[in-house]
Amino acid sequence: MTVGKQLWVIILIKLFIMFFLLKLFFFPDILKDRFDTDKERGDYVIEQLSKPR
Amino acid sequence: MNNCQNPDNMLENIDLSLVNWSRAQFALTAMYHWIFVPLTLGLSFIIAIMESLYVRTGREEWKRITKFWMILFGINFAIGVATGIILEFEFGTNWSNYSWFVGDIFGAPLAIEGILAFFLESTFIAIMFFGWGKVSKRAHLISTWLVAFGSNLSALWILVANAWMQNPVGMRFNPDTARNEMVNFWDVLLSPFAVNKFLHTITSGYVLASIFVIGISAWYLLKNREHSLAKRSMLVAAVFGLISSVMLIFSGDGSAKQIARVQPMKFAAFEGLYEGEEGAPLITIGVLSAAPGETEAQNVKDFALKIEIPNFLSYMAFGKFDAFVPGINDLTYGNPERNILSVEEKISRGKIARESLAQLKDARDQQDMTTYNRIKEKFSDPEFTDSYFKYFGYGFLSSPESAVPNVPVAFYSFHIMVLLGFYFVLLLMLILVALYRNGIEKNRFLLRMAIWTIPLTYIASQSGWVLTEMGRQPWVIQDMLPTMAAVSHINSSSVQITFFLFAVLFTVLLIAELRIMFRQIKIGPK
Repeated sequence: MTVGKQLWVIILIKLFIMFFLLKLFFFPDILKDRFDTDKERGDYVIEQLSKPR
Repeated sequence: MNNCQNPDNMLENIDLSLVNWSRAQFALTAMYHWIFVPLTLGLSFIIAIMESLYVRTGREEWKRITKFWMILFGINFAIGVATGIILEFEFGTNWSNYSWFVGDIFGAPLAIEGILAFFLESTFIAIMFFGWGKVSKRAHLISTWLVAFGSNLSALWILVANAWMQNPVGMRFNPDTARNEMVNFWDVLLSPFAVNKFLHTITSGYVLASIFVIGISAWYLLKNREHSLAKRSMLVAAVFGLISSVMLIFSGDGSAKQIARVQPMKFAAFEGLYEGEEGAPLITIGVLSAAPGETEAQNVKDFALKIEIPNFLSYMAFGKFDAFVPGINDLTYGNPERNILSVEEKISRGKIARESLAQLKDARDQQDMTTYNRIKEKFSDPEFTDSYFKYFGYGFLSSPESAVPNVPVAFYSFHIMVLLGFYFVLLLMLILVALYRNGIEKNRFLLRMAIWTIPLTYIASQSGWVLTEMGRQPWVIQDMLPTMAAVSHINSSSVQITFFLFAVLFTVLLIAELRIMFRQIKIGPK
């Protein structure tokens, strides 16, 4: 296999692992998934940041 | 859907292992990503210079040289491309509080980066690799230069975003949404912090790439192969590297002055300066050790060995040899004489700012518009923003000492970076002198030195980022948001799983890069 072909294979496998395995199964956008609106997301973060420790 | 009221989700329940695993994962991905990036930044320009020489002189040898380095550039680019995307995945999953809090400050630069990276780099990189003989020489050369400018420009935006985290400017905090909103794009883009960071980072990539080219060329000379390619490549790389080194030193000095002004704790930490002083000396070489009776494990306060340049730290920080440089103790416990607030005072002000944010939300939820309007006005009042909200992040800290970063890590990463940086200048000068005297093939020691310097450039480059990111702890956004408050409340075991997945993925990629690269170097140019 030429170096060019090898690199294309690596790029495709890497992108598949990143976008179809890691992103889909391991990296959800927490705020987007848990809440429906920006107001809910903002309120949640305010709760997280403002409550006394 | 809204689980704000669930006490399990409050910050106080975020365990340290989650914070540490999230940090470790981010560090792992960022450091692996940074293995690939600096070579791309620098080699793209070196290739463009070589191709310019080909177009200008018409000599086929320069075309052969250009094509050879282009293959190595292609290997690095192909394997490294998109590794930075993972950092963006992590923002949404592991650092959701932070991602929300930074708001559109990151959105704009990262969107521009995406557009530039995608359209400029991907379009012209295709012409650069596959366009030989299909487009005119001039069009091909323009494409190669545009790849170089495109990759450096895409680095600009992520560095601007990083500079903003170190020195947040050009924004206003919206207490209704808990997001920072950009009010002046140019303040964000052209802040002295961002300009110095960008110049320092890209020129470090140029020096790394120059030494990469010189080291591989040195290997050919040691093997008595490819003399013409090696010497011509060395000449281009050494001149480019030396010019870049001068820019690197000046931008490093500019960065140090910005850090002294904006992040004085980081500045004191990377010099191990506990007690502030006028005419502070710069430690060129030092070995930290525990002071007599010191029990604290993390931040040792004494030196087993140090070589100093008198007054130079003061000059480095403020441009005056007798200027006062605050030490870690001044910044932690305060120094009324020098008008330095203690961390304890900043913590109490930060808590007031956090309470105000909570009260605003409560008033809004209870439809108490009088209270709501009164508190909302506070967030627009310069007295409140400058005296209280400015210290918002301190409200999360448990003790004054928690505002101090890991001093040995900051100290050694800074000194390794600087010492190696000056060594690279010396090496580049020696290479140029040897080339000028036409005796580089005979100087086998210098050639071996050049080869072994390649890994040292990566160590210096990584040390720079370790200093940048570890030296600013506990902050993810300087004074505004500590790292522990930036993480998402997720299960730490899921972060551990992805940490090891990334470790395997990136290690495989690195091994692939090295194997293909070494094989291609052994084959040599066609």
